[in-house]
Amino acid sequence: MSSLLEIRKRIKSTEKTSQITKAMQMVSSAKLARAEMNAKAFVPYMEKIRQVVASVSQGVVDATHPLLEKRPVRRSCYIVITSDRGLAGPYNSNVLKKAYEDIQKRHPKNDGYGIIAIGRVGAEFFKKRKMNVIMEFIGIHDHPTFDEIQQITRPAVEMFVDQTFDELSIYHTHFISALNHEVREQKVLPLVPPKNEEKQIIYEFEPNPGDILDELLPQYAESLIFGSILSSKAAEHASRMTAMKNATDNALELIETLTLHYNRTRQEKITQEISEVIGGAQAIQG
Amino acid sequence: MKTIAVSIVTPDGPVYENDVEMVSTRSITGDIGILPGHVPLITPLAIGAVRLKKGKDTDYVAVSGGFLEVQPHKVTILAQAAERAEDIDVDRAVRAKQRAEQRLRQQKQANIDFKRAEASLRRAINRLNVAKYAKVKNERKIQ
Repeated sequence: MSSLLEIRKRIKSTEKTSQITKAMQMVSSAKLARAEMNAKAFVPYMEKIRQVVASVSQGVVDATHPLLEKRPVRRSCYIVITSDRGLAGPYNSNVLKKAYEDIQKRHPKNDGYGIIAIGRVGAEFFKKRKMNVIMEFIGIHDHPTFDEIQQITRPAVEMFVDQTFDELSIYHTHFISALNHEVREQKVLPLVPPKNEEKQIIYEFEPNPGDILDELLPQYAESLIFGSILSSKAAEHASRMTAMKNATDNALELIETLTLHYNRTRQEKITQEISEVIGGAQAIQG
Repeated sequence: MKTIAVSIVTPDGPVYENDVEMVSTRSITGDIGILPGHVPLITPLAIGAVRLKKGKDTDYVAVSGGFLEVQPHKVTILAQAAERAEDIDVDRAVRAKQRAEQRLRQQKQANIDFKRAEASLRRAINRLNVAKYAKVKNERKIQ
């Protein structure tokens, strides 16, 4: 049986923990709102660029471009998006588990691939397991701009063009709603041009479709990567918010149990004291 | 006057949505002007200003490359970055310009960095140029 003082100390410390987790929950929910907004702001651009890529690639009969080229795969590149900090529930472990299993399966000899790790947790995970991390990006802002993300997307696209890699996929957490996200593997390169389902407008291309593809496709590839980073960021904040909410709830529950326990122990002690006093008095009277 | 809907979208969100009478800008092959009823067209843009004319008003938006897509009733500009003249942070643009100039002086050998620095210099100069229009417009309003 722990003493009254010990129980009180535990209640105090649990209260403090709950204050911290509560604050973190509120910070994350504010960040989530921003991240969701960013992801939404990106949608019109993504839709438009997809539509334009579809129009151009369908307008050209023999669309050839380095980014469309399907080569026999000798080396693959994986971009794995994680967060810099933990305390985000299963957010990091889910995406890392999937990426790790897939890479182990496809490259049993631990060669023929490279990892671009976004986020400290991922970078450390793969380095610890002696896997080939070719680039790591730590300290990406919570609300990244396209400009900032180009330091990642540019070299990734360039490495595909100069044949350092023959395919590029991204492991990221797709944000569906605040409570619902899923880990996805998305093939980015070689690009598969999307198809327009609506009726086709016949465009004129100025100067010519080939030159437009030269400009358009790298931007399209970069946009795909940017989109998955935005989605992951939203999922990260949502995940952290949920984790912190659970932690706060648990702490409150624990405080309740402890308080009950504390009161019982206190009452028992008082009862015992009273019965001792009565017992003593009776002994004197008798 | 007939008008045509224009939207300028960037990865960081839409920048401009309006109905205008004329859009004029610079593509990689030269200056072009779009009036309502233009044939469908797709063309890459150069780093430059987009002028959007409506009545006596003209709005200016600085774009750093991207694409112009014309449909019969809608013009869409896809740019990696775009700023309305009023929103341009002149101090930031001046600093970017100085940084780019400095890098250009230092790295004459490295080809890729040279190109990148040159592009960012051009973007900075473009922003400064376009920002001037915002000032003119504001001054006129004050008078």
